Amino acid sequence: MSSTQPVLAAGPGALNRPWRPSWHRHLHGPELAWAIAFIVPYAAVLVAFVIYPIAYGFWMASSPSLYAQLFASDEYWDAVVSTVLYVGIGVNTTMFLALLLSGFFMRRRWWVKAMLVVSMLPWALPAQTGFISFHWMMVYWGFLNSVLEKLFGIYGPDWLSHYWLALGANIVASTWKTMPFWTLILLAGRMAIPRDLYEAADIDGATGVRRFAHLVVPLLANLYLVCTLLSAIWMIGDFNTPNLVSGGAPVGSTEVLATLGVEYLFDHGKPELGVAVVMTALPVLIPLGIFLIRRLHTREVQL
Amino acid sequence: MSVALAWGRTPRRLRHRLRRLVSDAGTVVLSVVLLIWWLLPVYNMMLIALDPEGDTEFTGDIWPTAPTLEAFRGVLFQRYWYLQDFWHQLGNSFFIGIMTMALTVLIGSVASFALGRMRLGKGGAISTVALLIYAVPAYFLVIPFYRLMHGYGLMDSLWAVIAADVTLAIPYALLILQWYGRLIPMELDEAARVDGATPGQVYLQIYLPLMAPALAVVGTSALLTAWNEYLYQFMLLSSPGNKTVAITLATFFENEDTPWNYPVAASLIYALPPIALFFAVRRFIAAGLTLGGVKG
Repeated sequence: MSSTQPVLAAGPGALNRPWRPSWHRHLHGPELAWAIAFIVPYAAVLVAFVIYPIAYGFWMASSPSLYAQLFASDEYWDAVVSTVLYVGIGVNTTMFLALLLSGFFMRRRWWVKAMLVVSMLPWALPAQTGFISFHWMMVYWGFLNSVLEKLFGIYGPDWLSHYWLALGANIVASTWKTMPFWTLILLAGRMAIPRDLYEAADIDGATGVRRFAHLVVPLLANLYLVCTLLSAIWMIGDFNTPNLVSGGAPVGSTEVLATLGVEYLFDHGKPELGVAVVMTALPVLIPLGIFLIRRLHTREVQL
Repeated sequence: MSVALAWGRTPRRLRHRLRRLVSDAGTVVLSVVLLIWWLLPVYNMMLIALDPEGDTEFTGDIWPTAPTLEAFRGVLFQRYWYLQDFWHQLGNSFFIGIMTMALTVLIGSVASFALGRMRLGKGGAISTVALLIYAVPAYFLVIPFYRLMHGYGLMDSLWAVIAADVTLAIPYALLILQWYGRLIPMELDEAARVDGATPGQVYLQIYLPLMAPALAVVGTSALLTAWNEYLYQFMLLSSPGNKTVAITLATFFENEDTPWNYPVAASLIYALPPIALFFAVRRFIAAGLTLGGVKG
């Protein structure tokens, strides 16, 4: 990996010059006052609406009996399994398809460019609109089964009353909504690969699959990893998709941790238990976050 | 014979052309499949919204048999009882969305200026903490947030939702702004400083104009955050005057007896502002992501 980096670094020159220290290594007097004034609004948001709620959450869910209660309940373990499947399958499907699709957008045809704009529609559409539509397509008398019956003469299943079909519906809807964003990021990464590398690969006879495997994949590896981590973190916290598409059906089995927490608050009036559900995800989230930050900090030498 | 000769004489060009044709055909087929994939849910919504009864699900229609714009009219003129406050609620949604956008851009840009350009001593530590907190998904904070808003006296206030949305939008904003900020040469700042500009002037006259593409990306994604998010609105806002379109839609969709064409038409109208904004700034988004989101 590292051997390819100097080549990339030689691309757009302005980017990769060593970072010059600015006009003051140590700020003092009015400079410091400006810097503090500039950082205060952000720090205030961070403390008032993030750090304090997190601390408050820890305090709310500090009783060990809550966790005993959780670990003894079946619905909690169902939610853990569903979360693992939803995130594990969903993130990898989305990212892999986004990687392939970003290659499609590299094609130089006018309609491909026009399609890039259309492709962002799911991303720009409010979650409520898009996911409710998915829900209504999947209900027994919905659009999907109508199409199957009218065009193919097949009587479709009741999609949202089978565990795997309902879980799959959530994953498909989430892929539909988030893939455009990741496609755009990966497309930007592909476009940052200098053209002469492609030409060199062409001369060496590496086209199609071989160019993808030996040129694109190694060069995009770090970006792909960062995107995968970020998307995993977002998906673990995703409330909209499972809540709107399957709504937990059948009988609460496709409930994930994010929706289970809210359900404990609303339907059972147990906010502490709801927070405890969320807290049990932290042992996974924090290492993911630290790993992500490490990858981001190496960004100056990476694509 | 002559055909075979012609084939033999120009096999390369012909093969090349054939390959190009196959590849083009493949691109077209893939394009059609992708268009169906992106647009199918929207088509499904249109189908329901254009149906006079809003019950295509029972008739099993897969194209509009008797299309009517009645549902859209019902929403726009607030004829259906459920949607009698539609315009007022859309106004509330707009207020939340635009304030979220403005505050995210403002707070994010000054913070990224202080961290990236002024080399605030502990800058690295602050952004690391911010990123680590980013690892805690937004919806995980919803219950403590709800309790805290009681404490801050912001229950049933649009500002509580704005605070939540800014909180959700700002880590990503800072990430993009800091990445993009690295592309602007420090020499520009230094030259202005030599001429006696204060940091405030450097921020306003050099940093902000040059950061415009990144700010457009950050602003758009902040508006999309506010438009996508409904759980916080649902929990924090209760009085009729403070309701938003998202809340009305959520209550509508939970109530299975209502005709579907009205809420679906309303949700399609509700979807227009973020789409319009996205199309207005799409050039900036391409530039912002190409340079800011990836290069670093």
